[in-house]
Amino acid sequence: MTTTSHPSLLERLERGDTIISDGATGSYLQENGLEPGGCPEEFNVSHPEIVQTMAKRYFDAGAEMVLTNSFGGSKFMTKKYGYEDRVSEFNRLAAEHARSVAPPGAFVIGSVGPTGEFLEPLGPVSEKEMYDAFAEQITALAEGGADGVVIETMTAIEEATLAVKAAKDNTELVVMSTMVYDPGPRGYFTMMGITPEVGVKKLREAGADVVGTNCGNGIERMIEIARLMREVDDGYMLIHSNAGIPAIVDMEIVYPETPEFMADHFKTLHGLGINILGGCCGTGPDHIKALVSAIKG
Amino acid sequence: MPIVHEGLAKEFEYVTQEDERSMILEQIEAGDALMQQMAYSLITGDHNAVNELTQKALGEGREANDVLDEGLISGMAVVGVKFRDNIIFVPEVLIAARAMKAGMAHIDPILSASGVEPIGTAVFGTVKGDLHDIGKNLCIMMMRGAGFVVHDLGVDTKPDEFIEAADENGADLVMMSALLTTTMPNMGRTIAEFEDMGLRDEYKFMTGGAPVTQEFADDMGADGYGDNAISCVDKAKELIAVIRASG
Repeated sequence: MTTTSHPSLLERLERGDTIISDGATGSYLQENGLEPGGCPEEFNVSHPEIVQTMAKRYFDAGAEMVLTNSFGGSKFMTKKYGYEDRVSEFNRLAAEHARSVAPPGAFVIGSVGPTGEFLEPLGPVSEKEMYDAFAEQITALAEGGADGVVIETMTAIEEATLAVKAAKDNTELVVMSTMVYDPGPRGYFTMMGITPEVGVKKLREAGADVVGTNCGNGIERMIEIARLMREVDDGYMLIHSNAGIPAIVDMEIVYPETPEFMADHFKTLHGLGINILGGCCGTGPDHIKALVSAIKG
Repeated sequence: MPIVHEGLAKEFEYVTQEDERSMILEQIEAGDALMQQMAYSLITGDHNAVNELTQKALGEGREANDVLDEGLISGMAVVGVKFRDNIIFVPEVLIAARAMKAGMAHIDPILSASGVEPIGTAVFGTVKGDLHDIGKNLCIMMMRGAGFVVHDLGVDTKPDEFIEAADENGADLVMMSALLTTTMPNMGRTIAEFEDMGLRDEYKFMTGGAPVTQEFADDMGADGYGDNAISCVDKAKELIAVIRASG
């Protein structure tokens, strides 16, 4: 499907390009009719135009890669809505929708979020079941025309590495994986006790082409985490930052970090050699626009 | 009895705040060596040992309430502190909670048969539109570990489900969790529905969840907020004290 005249994502990274990614998905969909508690991935079937327009707005803002609307597209998450038998359909469409509006040379990255389950012995799910679920989801994203996947918002390293392996074993996709680190009294850890240093090392060992962090933090803490990751690894890295910690104003959720504030700090991340930069919760096309002009001038 | 169990003594070193040290130590010292063994087994997540030790303790004629306080709650208190202070994380807490459950399986039936009053009763759910329950489940484990009776309302709990469950179970506390920023306001809406029914003052309301802050809790009119599972238990105890004091 892709023309050979454009370099691949890995070729772009190899030649030292910084790639600008996109912003939030969930909040965009909710602003456009998704009920809180509704299944975002079902929108790929019922509201294709909204999903396509979202991707287009990010591409128009200057993003060179967008994430597909498939974060909760695994069997385990879709089951909560009774859609566990529609994993292939939801994920294939997610990739097709983003691809349908992607400019030549731009990249479509399949979003793969956590299953929400604990592996044995903490929970009921076996490694094989979890691996199979990721393989099913990621294969469908590849069929829909994704260039890569980002296995994101992970807290359990076992789960993240199973997903990385499922992607590597079953597809040719570029594999990225990011974890969410919380600041605590002894530094940054995921909920399951993984430090940025360990996360980076284990994801790399599992075969991830790009590693990093997303969600949970505003841009200033992302810079701290980036420094920790860079101390132990000089490979390709990605950061998707929240627009700060949300506050409530007149019963509305407001993320405090403006596009200008974030763009200014993204320059620091750029200086640390973070190869792929983008937003997570609370960021929108305006943040991406500001990010593009800060980095690409 | 002062701490004689070496492993427990080491674990207790993780508790560094004075008030917490004296509170937990009082519970431990009220018990004997067997209770110390039980607390240590709980902290390290050895559910087989907790299962056997609880049966042994009860078989030897100890009061169920004492076994709960001295063997299990004291151990769970250490687990809570270690979790809050980043010494251990969710996996270790889940394993300790499983051990707690193994002990409670023997203690619960005796306590319910004897009609002993729990320190407080709560209904606890993830709010409407939100399907995330890891944080809620952790808090419930810690609450139960501290001696509360907690009715788990699951995920996607609508306001009328909170209202009904709170009434049915004679709850002191209505506890709400949310992971998503988009569902956080449903905590405030739930409180508002209690208010509309004239039930606002029948209960104390607590909120928590990853994106929730004290400020946010205040804005929604909640009575309490927990930043983590242990502060959730502390706040719940505080609110119970307020309820009991006001009769």
